[in-house]
Amino acid sequence: MITIKDYAIPTNLEEAYETLQNRRNNVILGGCSFLRMGSKNINTAIDLSKLNLDFISETDNTVEIGAMATFRSLETSPILQNNFNGILSKCVKDIVGIQFRNNVTLGATVYSKYGFSDLITALLCLDVKVCLHKGGIIPLDTFLENKYEKDILTKIIISKDSSKCYFASMRNSHSDYAILNVALSNRDGQWKISVGARPMKAQIANNASSYLSENELNDYTIEYACELSSQELVFGSNLRASKKFRQEICKVLINRGIREVMTWK
Amino acid sequence: MEIKVTINNEDKILNIEYDEFLSEVLRKYGYLSVKKGCDTGSCGLCTIWIDAKPILSCSTLAIKANGKNITTIEGVQKEATEFAEFLVNEGAEQCGFCSPGFIMTVLAMKRELKNPTKDDIIHYLTGNLCRCTGYVGQLRAILKYMEVV
Repeated sequence: MITIKDYAIPTNLEEAYETLQNRRNNVILGGCSFLRMGSKNINTAIDLSKLNLDFISETDNTVEIGAMATFRSLETSPILQNNFNGILSKCVKDIVGIQFRNNVTLGATVYSKYGFSDLITALLCLDVKVCLHKGGIIPLDTFLENKYEKDILTKIIISKDSSKCYFASMRNSHSDYAILNVALSNRDGQWKISVGARPMKAQIANNASSYLSENELNDYTIEYACELSSQELVFGSNLRASKKFRQEICKVLINRGIREVMTWK
Repeated sequence: MEIKVTINNEDKILNIEYDEFLSEVLRKYGYLSVKKGCDTGSCGLCTIWIDAKPILSCSTLAIKANGKNITTIEGVQKEATEFAEFLVNEGAEQCGFCSPGFIMTVLAMKRELKNPTKDDIIHYLTGNLCRCTGYVGQLRAILKYMEVV
């Protein structure tokens, strides 16, 4: 159960940021779907609805997504369906139901660094920067590694490039949390492999990605890259799957992904 | 505090707490079609529309509806009855507890999707759980209602 003592709906970012800093237990509201599952005593709940952060826009070189954009809008956005092989639309489409995705926001998911996040896994294999109101613009992977600081994530910026992107997820049933997520990208021969729901937060398999980029692809090198990924990343057990199972699934999903991307022109 | 909303085309002022969720508030004000099934945001029984978009009222803070348009099944009775006929004709209805949320999603789908395939329909309705039907009869009813078959 959550309790909320006070509520603020600021009309500019600075006001939102100041309210956030005022007290330790002042928090920013996202879609609230995950928030309601826990128990938290919130002093002031800060609603960003009036800050026009629910946009998805593109320039020649980038796609920008505002923090308050919902998963359903990522799923149905023509911009996202037509860029990055539609990976950002695909990676959210199996998350519970459309009513849920109409609530859940990009900002809350990325800022909270949820381990189960399908979206973070997919974003990691792209060139993504996170815009923080105070912290400035930093690469997503740096943001994920950094310690939590109370800040407001306003938007993310994704570079458009020639990457071919792939996303796969293993679930026990269609709309359940993922047992494992894998996202791949290949940009002019440079591979990036990201694995999420390990169940810890998504991470790039650096050794496997470099190995794959530096070697000619054949049955042996692909399998070796899959093995490398499952060795270099840390996996864990939870009520959905064991560590060992995740390790095995990881190899299978990466293998499928590489082979599928190889067939794309 | 007080929030101003339009519920089923009627302007209302509701008295809410900041930490109250919309499903609770709507039930408190007599909109008893809004059911609560899972308490985890995964069953879809509490589905209503805010500004014509289907959302989970159990996961939406009531305060977030301030100034917005809310639709519950009480507001779309004619359409709901029409679709219910299809459900009954296919023998798809059992205990009926999930029906209001389910029907709100079906009616939203009818507005949103143009010429959906069977897969599109299943995908749209994945967030609505029913513990007693097994979905086959429901799907037959929807396909007929959507004029897919």
